[in-house]
Amino acid sequence: MHRSSYLAGKLGWAAFTILFVIVLNFFLFRILPGDPARAGIRDPRLTAQAQQAIRERFGLDQPVINCFESLNPLTLGNCAVNPLDTQFFIYASNLLRGELGISYHTNRPVLDILGERLWNTLLLIGAGQVLAIVLGMAVGVLAAWKAHTPVDYTALGFSLLAWSLPTFWLGIILLFWGSTYLGLPIGGKVTPGMVYANSWEQLADLARHLFLPSLTYTIVFLGEYMLIMRSTLVDVLSEDYILTAKAKGLTHFQILKDHALKNAMLPMVTIIALNLGFTVAGAVQIESVFSWPGLGGAIFEAVNRRDYPMLQGAFLLLAISVIVANLIADLLYGYLDPRVQAD
Amino acid sequence: MMTEVTPHAHKQPLLEVKRLSVDYVDPSQPPAQALRDLTFTLHRGEALGVVGESGCGKSTLMLALMRLLPAAGRIVGGSVRLDDIELLALSEREMAALRWKRLAMIFQGAMNALNPVRTVGDQIAEAIRLHEDASDARALDRRVGELLDLVGIAASRRNQYPFQYSGGMRQRAMIAMALACSPDIVIADEPTTALDVMIQAQILQLLADLRRQLNLSILLVTHDLGIVAELCDRVLVMYGGALAEYAGVDAIYNAPAHPYTQELLKAFPDPTRPLQRLASIPGSPPRLNDLPPGCRFAPRCPQVFDRCHLTPPRVYAITSDHLASCFLVETQQTRGARHE
Repeated sequence: MHRSSYLAGKLGWAAFTILFVIVLNFFLFRILPGDPARAGIRDPRLTAQAQQAIRERFGLDQPVINCFESLNPLTLGNCAVNPLDTQFFIYASNLLRGELGISYHTNRPVLDILGERLWNTLLLIGAGQVLAIVLGMAVGVLAAWKAHTPVDYTALGFSLLAWSLPTFWLGIILLFWGSTYLGLPIGGKVTPGMVYANSWEQLADLARHLFLPSLTYTIVFLGEYMLIMRSTLVDVLSEDYILTAKAKGLTHFQILKDHALKNAMLPMVTIIALNLGFTVAGAVQIESVFSWPGLGGAIFEAVNRRDYPMLQGAFLLLAISVIVANLIADLLYGYLDPRVQAD
Repeated sequence: MMTEVTPHAHKQPLLEVKRLSVDYVDPSQPPAQALRDLTFTLHRGEALGVVGESGCGKSTLMLALMRLLPAAGRIVGGSVRLDDIELLALSEREMAALRWKRLAMIFQGAMNALNPVRTVGDQIAEAIRLHEDASDARALDRRVGELLDLVGIAASRRNQYPFQYSGGMRQRAMIAMALACSPDIVIADEPTTALDVMIQAQILQLLADLRRQLNLSILLVTHDLGIVAELCDRVLVMYGGALAEYAGVDAIYNAPAHPYTQELLKAFPDPTRPLQRLASIPGSPPRLNDLPPGCRFAPRCPQVFDRCHLTPPRVYAITSDHLASCFLVETQQTRGARHE
């Protein structure tokens, strides 16, 4: 009974948040100064007529919203129009049909672009995060277990260093090192113009491109995970119930496995979930350094060009990923810590 | 009045601790002598109270007996025999197998001594699974239910988590867990601290009942002399990591030989004299890494004389089972001998 109402509550909040983000996103980008018709083309010679044609084509000549006097200073509202013709209504009704619109810049459906880019980003983040989580936790557990020994100090030193390295700087250094000494490609996702004999070769090419950005990503997050795992576990291992477990005759390994880790996982779950949610967008630096065709780059470009449909779509996607990641963390918490559900 | 004689005094004790010494090492300081030459015995069915101020080595003693001292704690000498097993000579693995099976412990922090993310029943079952054949899941489940029942918790609450228990219930669950493998000895480290007076009384009554029912030996660590009087047969008074006085309860309360015991008793309310002011002992226990050269209690002792500052007193026997580490005992004995 507890579990289902806990779940329902969390799902309800998630849905509400997404709804809020949908509305917010729409207005947020329209409040931004700048005109898509001009920013998109980037050509000062564009005639007023041509600009008007572009606006008409994308429906930008329609008022943003029907009647909302308080938004008038921002020239968003107009009470004289049929509500069905407003940009907001069109946006909302398209969204209900699962359509995110057409990108002003590329003239392709936003959903397709996002799909491609998201897949690339997930590939990069997935490889990096999985490695960072596994290695970070393993080293963190080891360091906590060997707390205040040379093993611990070495791991601590490395993690602090890794955590404090600027992402773009580390990327550039690795890029230089990898391309010079390992012959790895300097950017992109595939070698342009390459013809593959079979899909294995294609996969190998992808892996070669993926290696450096993923490594950068791993190193950046490894330190954080390791430090948090270590300090949490050191705290947990000094708890009274660990002494109880020792007195009960459990071996060191059993204590770690059955008593310490589950308690120490609580903060880790939070950090991992938050990172996963945010890094869908947050890999911008790495994607820029390695010219990786991911979401971060796409968002950067869309902001520059005031590509509203693209921005709306991308931010909706980001919001959903943050919310879903948090939801997963909440649900995991409910499973890991019985006290959470009781609240 | 004759001092109480332990019923099993002639038999081999269940637990025999001889000259047990523990140091806490710190690279930047001389080692702290947390325990020095502590000798006592515990017989089957006996309840021994270990009393003293905070920092006198009570908890160190308990942890040393279980060989659970923190990393800085070193057992630097002595012997701990359980029947014929020398505990200090066991490997870590052998010791782990013996923990809880023969020596179980009730910790003072009823709040945190149970793992917050595992059910109470699961934590009790874990102890049984660890030390006994628990292949029969139903029998194991029944045993957990019985144990909870024994300490007055409804067996149906086994699947609840510690946070769903009150403080008193948590301590009861802890006791049930301590009894899970039918240990010979239960070490209770301040089992009633942090509980209110009513619950304290209940827990003590429970311990007393269980002891009679199961013929348990109990080592009760406390600074509360009232609890000792209620539950224990014999008392070990510790000061500064060493034995001050060791005797039956009656002797301790009616004829304390060590000035520290006498002062402790004065600091404890006497219901027959409600108007008397409680005394406190001026000063504080010695720093264990900077002990006085003579008697450890000398700097605070109201009956101190020159010799106390020069050499530490050995343990003198007043009767066969009333020991005290004080020169006054020796003086009285020689005076007594002269009178004869």
